[in-house]
Amino acid sequence: MRLFILSVIFSLSSLTAFPQSWTLKDVDIYRSFDDFEHILDTQNDTTYLVNFWATWCAPCVKELPHFEDIQKLSKGKKLKVVLVSLDFERQFESRLIPFLNKNKIASDVVVLLDKKESTWIDKVDPEWSGAIPITLVYKGEKRNFYEKSFHSTDELKSILKPYLNI
Amino acid sequence: MKNLAILLTALVGLSFSFVGGGYEVGDTATDFQLKNIDGEMVSLSDFEDAKGFIVTFTCNHCPYAVMYEDRLIELHKTYAPKGYPVIAINPNDPAVQPEDSYEKMKVRASEKEFPFVYLFDEGQKIYPQYGATRTPHVFLLDAERTVMYIGAIDDSPRDVSAVSEKYLENAIMAIESGKNPEPSFTKAVGCSIKTKA
Repeated sequence: MRLFILSVIFSLSSLTAFPQSWTLKDVDIYRSFDDFEHILDTQNDTTYLVNFWATWCAPCVKELPHFEDIQKLSKGKKLKVVLVSLDFERQFESRLIPFLNKNKIASDVVVLLDKKESTWIDKVDPEWSGAIPITLVYKGEKRNFYEKSFHSTDELKSILKPYLNI
Repeated sequence: MKNLAILLTALVGLSFSFVGGGYEVGDTATDFQLKNIDGEMVSLSDFEDAKGFIVTFTCNHCPYAVMYEDRLIELHKTYAPKGYPVIAINPNDPAVQPEDSYEKMKVRASEKEFPFVYLFDEGQKIYPQYGATRTPHVFLLDAERTVMYIGAIDDSPRDVSAVSEKYLENAIMAIESGKNPEPSFTKAVGCSIKTKA
């Protein structure tokens, strides 16, 4: 049991300690939505702020600094920021990784590569039209979905306030 | 005065949510008069022999729209002779996304030799009525402009070789044989339509 707890602590710390320099190995790549789905449904007392974005999506790139601000504020709090990239596989090394390094992204980054979008859009949220960016906040069963751009860190804080003190 | 402000807010909110709803399958879609890349104004009623219309909100800048360009060209080549032309409409505000200006539309259309009309939703009047939210976003209409299908062209935007469901083509074939398309509504990832916040 102790080993189990230790391994959990280690895996958590390896997740929160972002790499000094991003490589492809630092990004979890999910080729099927079924494997990815736990990202949207991790049942514990942590609040998850999940943003769907891509380097080619201008409004997404514009709002990323606000998510990074929240990531900085999350230290010592039960709050986790996850950035779900919908970048294209052929651009991982040419575009995604350089972007993460250039912007010193410290949030967790995963890539969802399941190509059958029409089968998983509704599973993310039935309200989602399919356009990005989108943002989800959840803790346990409580959940909110936003199909919009965020224009300030305060705006993000305001959607987190029902979940935790920030 | 304050009450008036609240009332106005309520009314505006109401109209937005109404517009935001857009069309559902079975609704009658509006016709329009929009400028094509050749400078001519185009309406659906100009296509006198059409049995339907593949109204596609698309644009220059969005990678998902670009990935569908070749598929749209093929669709038009296959289905325009059968009475279903592609009507491409760029809904984006070029002040927000300069790549989607009218001038840039002309450039892209000539590079790709679009065989279909490529119209500019100047002032963004048309896309909210349809309820388009992303590019590309397809509305298949019949000859009476009844909305028959809303959604994606197929089920694999990022990889044409992985397509297993050709939603739009299946919907056209359903109409041709007098049936209702199934599914008549799908979703696909795309870029949000660019508008001033």
